[in-house]
Amino acid sequence: MPDESKKKTIIVALAVCIACSLLVSTAEVTLRDFRYKNKKLDRIRNILKAAELPNGRDEAVKVYEERVRPLLVDLRSGKRVPISEFNDLLNIEKFDIRKLAADSQYGRSIPKGEDIAGLGRVPSYMPIYFILDGEEIRSIVFPIVGHGIWSTLYGFIALERDLKTVRGFTIYKHGETPGLGGEVDNPRWKSTWKGKQAFDEEGNLRIRVIKGNVDASRPNSAYQIEGLSGATLTSHGVDAMVRFWLGENGYSALIERLRKDMYGYL
Amino acid sequence: MGIYKKTLLAPVFQENPIGVQILGICSALAVTTKLETAFVMCVAVIFVTAFSSLTISLIRSQIPGSIRIIVEMAVIASLVIIVDEFLQAFAYGLSKQLSVFVGLIITNCIVLGRAEAVALKKPPGISFVDGIGNGLGYSVMLLSVAFFRELLGTGRLFGYPVLLTQVVGGWYSPNGFFLLAPSGFIIVGLLIWALRTWKPELREEEE
Repeated sequence: MPDESKKKTIIVALAVCIACSLLVSTAEVTLRDFRYKNKKLDRIRNILKAAELPNGRDEAVKVYEERVRPLLVDLRSGKRVPISEFNDLLNIEKFDIRKLAADSQYGRSIPKGEDIAGLGRVPSYMPIYFILDGEEIRSIVFPIVGHGIWSTLYGFIALERDLKTVRGFTIYKHGETPGLGGEVDNPRWKSTWKGKQAFDEEGNLRIRVIKGNVDASRPNSAYQIEGLSGATLTSHGVDAMVRFWLGENGYSALIERLRKDMYGYL
Repeated sequence: MGIYKKTLLAPVFQENPIGVQILGICSALAVTTKLETAFVMCVAVIFVTAFSSLTISLIRSQIPGSIRIIVEMAVIASLVIIVDEFLQAFAYGLSKQLSVFVGLIITNCIVLGRAEAVALKKPPGISFVDGIGNGLGYSVMLLSVAFFRELLGTGRLFGYPVLLTQVVGGWYSPNGFFLLAPSGFIIVGLLIWALRTWKPELREEEE
């Protein structure tokens, strides 16, 4: 029969705590590098997927280093942030969208009426990725974030260098219902984005995720993506997040600058 | 040997934790839309139940009754965190899909149930085997549910197309209902019915 004295109880409690915390912290420390590498690789592979570049496990890092140039952009002015101004938060390598959005200096609240994606607060700075072929710009990859029905969606949308045509679209993190809203990460659905027009000739944002079929004979079909069947709210969420990030509160100041002088920007 | 074999196999059907004791239902609904995620979940639960029962049994004579649940939870939680970190390190894609549900093994009634019912009273060897057995019992149910949900909900098994869906030019129209949690409830119910028809001695006396 175990000893029920106070002293014994405290000693056992302490011993169990120490043993457990040693075990957990050993696992945490030994596995940290693996986890960090996985996260980073996952992100890189999704940037490459959005840009339709080879993204296999083994080649992804090499392709990324050769062909992708990441830049940090001030969304309000559209200007790039020089590396000399980087710090622990303001940093491409360590970029954490939630930390930045919550920060009083680097994040901002979106007025209720304009907050179509329901994000509340967003960072004023975002990383973007130029896809290069030698010195030539091929496409530009923009990170996007929004809400589905259950979860936050994280993804990328890539525009061709005409800054109108969608090159690729991908969602790399979500918690939607598998088989329904979870189909946002279905490669076949994502491929329906390719070649769609995000902006019209005048530069107005036109892209929409619609319910039902896209009738290819209609003039607007170039701006339309067929929503996921059985996932109306997730489709709405994707529609809102793309329109938010390509709009006034998102990358529009940057896109405006790039339209004027893309190569000067690099 | 006989007692070990019995301890291992009894929970698989005769004393199945989900089917007979109706424990661990929550995750049976959550991770069974695909066989792949269900399978990883099963391995994780077998590991946690087996080793938590072993550890608790090893220190059972030292645990004061007043804090025994807390001690059990500390052991279980530590093991779950280790499993979660392991998955994130070596099976990142799957750990992304399982997301919070690995962490929720901590609250799986089966694990604490075995700790309370067996590990506190019996020697380490038998507690360990009992943990594996109950993990296996959980797995049998989880994989059966996932089999029906993935097959009928998407026409696939382990991600490979089995029933050709209309989208790719086949005949099968997937039933989205099977991807939602209520279908899990119904399938668990049907399996319990099937189990009790097969083994009538499991039925309770009518009042």
